Amino acid sequence: MSKEWPLWEVFIRGQHGLSHRHVGSLHAPDAAMAVHHARDVYTRRNEGVSIWVVEAKHITASAPGEKGPLFEPSNSKVYRHPTFYDIPEEVGHM
Amino acid sequence: MSDALFEYALRMGDNCLILGHRVSEWCGHSPALEEDIALANTALDLIGQTQLWLGLAGEIEGKGRSADDLAFLRDARAFRNLLLVERPNVDFAHTLVREVLFDVWHFHTLGALKGSSDARVSAIAEKALKEVSYHLQRSADLTIRLGDGTQESHDKMQAALNALWPYVGEMFLQDEVDAELADSGVGPALGVVKPLWDGDMRRLLDQATLKWPDIAHVQKGGKAGVHTEALGFVLADMQFLQRAYPGAKW
Repeated sequence: MSKEWPLWEVFIRGQHGLSHRHVGSLHAPDAAMAVHHARDVYTRRNEGVSIWVVEAKHITASAPGEKGPLFEPSNSKVYRHPTFYDIPEEVGHM
Repeated sequence: MSDALFEYALRMGDNCLILGHRVSEWCGHSPALEEDIALANTALDLIGQTQLWLGLAGEIEGKGRSADDLAFLRDARAFRNLLLVERPNVDFAHTLVREVLFDVWHFHTLGALKGSSDARVSAIAEKALKEVSYHLQRSADLTIRLGDGTQESHDKMQAALNALWPYVGEMFLQDEVDAELADSGVGPALGVVKPLWDGDMRRLLDQATLKWPDIAHVQKGGKAGVHTEALGFVLADMQFLQRAYPGAKW
């Protein structure tokens, strides 16, 4: 058994938020204790109503070196932003 | 009645204050950062509950003493906490076993106090019970993990359990204060907490593969103000600033 606990990434749904957001990471021996630790470390100031944890090794990330091909092509495609519509006032926040 | 309730509020408040202080001694020294923060959270919950109980005690007494006055300006003989909560931290096993023995009692006591005929008491119990439910969830979970963990963690947990067992009995000793409050419906009915504690503790120790200690001896005195030498050191640490610089503010 390794002496070091595995790393977990923590996602919290805020009081008024619609989706879980990544808030940080912590160490824990398993998922149940990771949720306990997340509660103790990341919700002390009333930040959340729901917690997700996922072991960091299960996250697959994009490579920083591929930034160009992955993200730059969308820079020039302004028509993908819905800024050409008039939104009626009564619709409110979208 | 008001004398009995004053006494009872001191007992509840002093349990929270002294255990909260003990737990806070881990701050910056815990085995892991996550555990350090969790222990500090527990300590802060308990200090918060202290303010409520000692605030109520001061109000009932009617001599203008605040929760702070009661916490910082009383001597050991005037403290009414159980001997269990003043026991030193020793190691993580002792700290955890002390916590779980107390949490199960605290949980069921507050559960009974939620139905108190005194609205102030039931309001404090309701607020505290949410915090204590989490304390118990945490301490029970860790007790099972470490009791049913490695040989070393198991042995340390069993040793701590045996060492602290003589302090369990005092939680269930009832005197005229308890009887008077039970009669008026302000406090828990006599004898209501012990069977609940026994049942929970048997299940918990079973799961944790720990042995129910075969120790009948009961150390008592805390509820009446007769303490072990450990309390003096806690108070020296906790009260020094207010004693040396009366009225000093943060």
